[in-house]
Amino acid sequence: MNPIYARRRRKDIVIRGLCIGAAAFGVTWLALILMTLLYNGLSGLNLQVFTENTPPPGSTEGGLLNAIVGSLIMTVLGVGIGAPLGLFAGTYLAEYGRNDKLTSVIRFINDILLSAPSIIIGLFIYGAVVVPMRGFSAIAGSLALAVIVIPVVVRTTEDMLLLVPNPLREAASALGLPRSLVIKRIAYRAARSGLITGVLLATARVAGETAPLLFTALSNQFFSLSLNKTMANLPVTINNFVQSPYAYWKQLAWSGALLITLTVLALNIGARIIGAERTAK
Amino acid sequence: MAVQSDVVDDAGPYDRAKALSAFKLGDVTFYWITRLSAISVLLILGGIIISLIVGAFPAMKEYGLSFLWTQRWAPSADPPVLGALGPMYGTLVTSFIAMLIAIPVGLGIAIFLTELCPQWLRRPIGMAVELLAGIPSIIYGMWGFFVLGPFLANTFQPFMIRVFDGVPVLGAIFAGPPSYLSLFNAALILAIMVLPFITSISVDVFKTVPPVLKEAAYGVGCTTWEVVRSVVIPYTRVGIIGGVMLALGRALGETMAVTFIIGNSFRISSSIFAPGTTISAAIASEFAESDGLHQSGLILLGLLLFVLTFFVLAAARLMLLRLEQKAGK
Repeated sequence: MNPIYARRRRKDIVIRGLCIGAAAFGVTWLALILMTLLYNGLSGLNLQVFTENTPPPGSTEGGLLNAIVGSLIMTVLGVGIGAPLGLFAGTYLAEYGRNDKLTSVIRFINDILLSAPSIIIGLFIYGAVVVPMRGFSAIAGSLALAVIVIPVVVRTTEDMLLLVPNPLREAASALGLPRSLVIKRIAYRAARSGLITGVLLATARVAGETAPLLFTALSNQFFSLSLNKTMANLPVTINNFVQSPYAYWKQLAWSGALLITLTVLALNIGARIIGAERTAK
Repeated sequence: MAVQSDVVDDAGPYDRAKALSAFKLGDVTFYWITRLSAISVLLILGGIIISLIVGAFPAMKEYGLSFLWTQRWAPSADPPVLGALGPMYGTLVTSFIAMLIAIPVGLGIAIFLTELCPQWLRRPIGMAVELLAGIPSIIYGMWGFFVLGPFLANTFQPFMIRVFDGVPVLGAIFAGPPSYLSLFNAALILAIMVLPFITSISVDVFKTVPPVLKEAAYGVGCTTWEVVRSVVIPYTRVGIIGGVMLALGRALGETMAVTFIIGNSFRISSSIFAPGTTISAAIASEFAESDGLHQSGLILLGLLLFVLTFFVLAAARLMLLRLEQKAGK
C-alpha cells in the first residue's frame, strides 16, 4: 500500500479511537457518580428518613422530613410563580412580537439569564427581598428559584410555539376566533407536550439548586411551614451535614443526595419522554 | 368553545356588538399580560444589576480600583482589608484548566455521536451525557470531596509531582504536597460538569453541515478524520466557539461543586495542586456570616463575576446567532 495512504489510515484509526475513548470517559463519570450515590445512599435509606425531622448534633435518631417538605414547598412555589410568568413571556415572544425589536432584545437577555451563575441570583434576592424584609425566609428562597425557572420556561415556550404550523393559526383566525383565543385554544393545545416538557425541565433544574438558597431561605433545624421564616431544604441540609464531623449526619446527607439525584434524573427522563412523543407524532 | 356557546345560548337576535366587545376585552388583557411578562425578563436583569451595585457600593467607595489587585483578604482586620486577586485568579485558572480538558473530550464525544456511533447506541450515549448536565452541582461537590479528591491526592498528584520534579516552570505548577482540596481537583470536576454543554451544542451544530458536503469529501476518498477536520469543523467553527464560550460562562460561575473541593484559601500559589478559592466559592462560604464592609466586598466580588460571565455569555450568544442566520439562509 502507498505509504501516504497507510499514514492517513493510521491517523484516522488513532483519532477514531480517541473519540470512542472520549465517549467512554463521559459515560464512565455518570456511572461512577450514580454508583457512589447508590452505594452510600441506599444503606441509610429507611422509613425514618421520611418520617422524622433532622437530628440535633451528635444524635443518631432522625430523618430528613422537614428538609424534604421544605424543598417540596419551595420548589412548588418557585415553579408556581416562575412558570406562568415564563409561559406568558414566551407566548409574547413567539406570538405577538415575532418581528419586534423588543423581542430580539428580550430573547438575548433571557438567554444570558438562562446561564447566569445561580449564586448571583441568590445575591440579587438577598438584596431585593431578604434585606427589606429584615430576615431570611422561605418566600425569598422560592423567589430565587422562580428567577431561575423563568428563563428556562421562556426559552422552551417560545421554541415550542414557533414549531406550531402557521396554517393552524390562520385557519382559526379565518373562522373569526380572536387572537388571544387562537393562542389559548389552538397554539397552546398543539404545543402542549412541549410546554409541559419545559416546565418539567425547569423543575429539575431548581430541585437541586443550592447556591441561591444558602442566603435566602437559609435552613432550619426544625419543622416549619411558615413562609416568612427560614425553612429547611434538602440541598442546604446536605451541604451542612456533609461538612460535619458526625457520621450519622453524613449518612443522612448521602441519603438526601440520592433522593435529590433520583428525583432530578426522573424529571429529566420524564421530560424527554414527553418531548419525544411529540416528535414521534 | 366557552365564549361562543354563551353567544349561542341566548340566541335569537343575539347581540353581536356585545360579543365582539367581550372578545376585544379578553384580547387586549391577554396581550398586555404576555407583554408585561416578557418585559419582566428585562426587569429581572435590571434588578440584578441595580441590587449588586447598591450592595457593592460601600466596598467600591472604600477600596476603589485597588480591590482588583490586592491579594490580602482579611475581613476581620480593623479596618478590614479586602482584595479580589485571589478569587479572581482561582476563577480564571480553574475555568481555564477545565476548558483545556473539556473541549477536546466534548468535541471527541460529539464526533463520535455524529460520525462514528452505530445508530442504536446514539440515543443511550447522548442521553447519558445529557443526564450528566442534570445532576445537581452539590452532588458533584460531594462526589469530588469524598471520591475524586482522595483518589487524585493519593494516586494522580504524587505521580505528576514525581514526574515533573526539577523541570523548570512545570515543576512549580505541579509542586507541593498532595491535597484533597486543590485548584486542579476543582477544575477536573468543572470539566466534567461543562462537558455536556460542549457536546450537545457541538452535536447540534454538526447536524447543520449539509450532507452533500460530507458525502463529496468521502467521495474523493477522505478518511473520517479528514472529513471532520476539513469539512465539519471549518463549517461549524463559529457554533463550536459559541458552545465553548457558553460552557466557559457556566464554569466561571459554578458554585457548590467548587466550594466543596477548592479549599477556600485566598493565597495565590504557583502550584495547581494547592488549595485556592474562586469568586463564587468565596461568596458561598462566607456570605451568610458576613456583615458591613465584608458583606459589601463579597457583593462586589459577585458584581465582578456577573460582569465577567455577562460578557462571555453575550459573546457566546452572538456567535451562535450568527451561525443560526447562516443556517437560515
